[in-house]
Amino acid sequence: MQSSCGVTQDCALQPSPAGYVVCTGLHIASPIAASPECAQMSTLLDSAQLATQLVWQGDAELWRIVGLSVRVSLMACVLGGVLGLALGAWLAVARFPGWRGVIWVLNTLLALPSVVVGLLVYLLLSRAGPLGAYGLLFTPTAMVFAQSVLVTPLIAALTRRLVQDALAEGGDQLRSLGASPYAAALLMLLHERRAVLTIGLTAFGRAVSEVGAVMIVGGNINGVTRVMTTAIALETSKGDLALALALGAVLLGVVALLNLAVAVLHGAAQAAGQRREAWVA
Amino acid sequence: MGMSASNPLSRLGRRAAIALLASALCASAAAEEPFIVLASTTSTEQSGLFGHLLPAFKQASGVDVRVVAVGTGQALDLARRGDADAVLVHDTAAEETFVAEGFSVARWPVMYNDFVLIGPRGDPTGAKGGDIAAALAKLATKPDTVFVSRGDKSGTHAAELRLWKQAGTDIATAKPAGYRECGCGMGPALNMAASSNAYVLSDRGTWLAFKNRGELAILVEGDKALFNQYGVMVVNPAKHPHVKQALAQRFADWITSPAGQASIAAYQVGGEQAFFPNANRH
Amino acid sequence: MTRVPPVAMVQATQQLVSLQHASVRFGAVTALHGIDLTLHRGDRLALVGANGSGKTTLLRLLHGLVLPSEGQCGHHALQPEGRPATGAMLFQRPFLLRLSTRRNVSLGLWLRGLPRAERAAATERALHRVGLAALAARPARELSGGQQQRLALARAWALRPDILFLDEPTASLDPSAKREVEQLIEDFANEGMTVVLATHNLGQAKRLAQRVAYLEGGRLVVERPVSEFFNHSETLPLEAQQFLKGEMVWA
Repeated sequence: MQSSCGVTQDCALQPSPAGYVVCTGLHIASPIAASPECAQMSTLLDSAQLATQLVWQGDAELWRIVGLSVRVSLMACVLGGVLGLALGAWLAVARFPGWRGVIWVLNTLLALPSVVVGLLVYLLLSRAGPLGAYGLLFTPTAMVFAQSVLVTPLIAALTRRLVQDALAEGGDQLRSLGASPYAAALLMLLHERRAVLTIGLTAFGRAVSEVGAVMIVGGNINGVTRVMTTAIALETSKGDLALALALGAVLLGVVALLNLAVAVLHGAAQAAGQRREAWVA
Repeated sequence: MGMSASNPLSRLGRRAAIALLASALCASAAAEEPFIVLASTTSTEQSGLFGHLLPAFKQASGVDVRVVAVGTGQALDLARRGDADAVLVHDTAAEETFVAEGFSVARWPVMYNDFVLIGPRGDPTGAKGGDIAAALAKLATKPDTVFVSRGDKSGTHAAELRLWKQAGTDIATAKPAGYRECGCGMGPALNMAASSNAYVLSDRGTWLAFKNRGELAILVEGDKALFNQYGVMVVNPAKHPHVKQALAQRFADWITSPAGQASIAAYQVGGEQAFFPNANRH
Repeated sequence: MTRVPPVAMVQATQQLVSLQHASVRFGAVTALHGIDLTLHRGDRLALVGANGSGKTTLLRLLHGLVLPSEGQCGHHALQPEGRPATGAMLFQRPFLLRLSTRRNVSLGLWLRGLPRAERAAATERALHRVGLAALAARPARELSGGQQQRLALARAWALRPDILFLDEPTASLDPSAKREVEQLIEDFANEGMTVVLATHNLGQAKRLAQRVAYLEGGRLVVERPVSEFFNHSETLPLEAQQFLKGEMVWA
């Protein structure tokens, strides 16, 4: 079969009506452009076409991988969120010797490379490591754990700044009302819930797009721990750049849909609130 | 701008519900089928062999095989730490050391494929032919030739270093001018060679499945020195009591049995047989 | 204008907060120097002075939001109730959470630990008291400036504080809102609440206060009953006289 640059590709199985050939990997392969002039341009075009085709055909394996990516990162953000919000709120009000040092460490951890996190968690969960007896390595649970470790400092650092700034504005008033410092911090989280949501979306973006941690602690096992980012890495290393880019586009599309859902929910809630007031007033 | 009273709570409730759902899904995803963890190499994974072989094994035995594909060195380290139940790699010397260290009781040969020297189609150094030692000797002396090495302690890397030695170059002490170590897997090394029109030693399986070939083609093949033997080992429960020895042994037995060997022989990439079974066990 | 005397005249001389040579320092800056001041139950005290004179810091010191760096700040128990006096504070721009009007009021009660039914009842009473019952479900931040300040008053009043501290509560309000807020403060004072009001609006001080304290540069320059302060200003220290001359143009 011909690719857009007029080069033939051998493949073991039959061509499909859409003009793409089903080969190994994720059931869809791209045409090869063997001549350099064709290479760059057709890779981008191919990946655009591939992305559409993957979504259209509802490739089961693709959606399983997408589902796992979203589940793992979402769970990690919930876990990391609970820890990070509590830690951030606490740091906003607690003052103890070494407080500045803790903040400094926290801000430094924002730059923690995901592959380093993966390595550290791997050493923890390895059979030879302290938590080895639980047999968690190479499971989605390990991936959730690793990504939680990754996003907790992010959430904590952003929350601390958020709460501290909010308390600068209204902390005195809340104290006057009888709130303890920690209660005031938590009330500020409620007060700034939209900013907290943005922090959550930031953390989710960081988690769902990282590849270093999940690759090491998950092992990129086909059907068990393969997620979008590790699949993209695998296809890239196999030289299937068009497919890798297509998967990247699908991942972005899924995140875009999630953000859209959040925005719609928020807008609906706001509209409902306004309707209620119009009725009361 | 604020919200009326019920909304923060209902939003919280919604998020909690999603979280619960997610955790439920996560829990259910960890299905309780029997499985083993097999540490193997990226070259084997990227050739696509496992996609063909493992379903056949699953059908024969009901056991899931979870492949963690890393470099040979890393795969053996994984097994030493007890994080894998069995190992399938292609570095005989390293495998024998593994057995000698007591991490496995025995090593069984499974299959072989061969390495090929990949290079630019135009072949400026005239390396093309059937003699790998001669080809590498030419590469070492010609200026402006770039050679990409995996440099990652993999089976391929070990083989590459051996071949350089046979050609008269000790990489550890005297790297040729154009020698580039990427510390990466076979695929990324091929990517790098394709983009800089360089020479690279690859296993045939990965090359056959590789898509980003650019100007590259096979230049040297068929030399006996390019023979690449795969072996399978079960991790010794004496070192790691939790290892699923029985299930891992079933895998080792199956892959060296006539049924497994036939499955290996049947696997083709681009119309060519990728691996050649040679277990000679039964 | 006639002033209704406070209800519990008997307790008028009871001390609530006494400052002895209290100073407050923030780092290198001294906000208050050696303040000697006693707040009695039933007082209506106005703190006047230019911006930066220390009125806000003195309020916060009396309320207990800051501690003195030097000197003493004694809080005395109420007699005959035998419990410490509670305070509530209003700021120039009220800080309201992004919740409904009703929720903002019930928050303070929730922090107090009141059970739900009592909270709801107390909230409704407070909203009615300040005339915001119709806006109970409206997001608090959508209220006008005057309404927000009345909400802050409702929030404070719901807690039944013994002392009400007000930091320039009407400074950013239009005249009609100002009148509404002043009327509420007056009413609360008549119910027996002790009121401490920081203001640079001398007319307001005249209207609401019984005693006036003048601060300058962090020092308490003079403290007098209101009639003496305004009608016999020649007995005041020079700085106070100059301040009055300057401010009275605007009052």
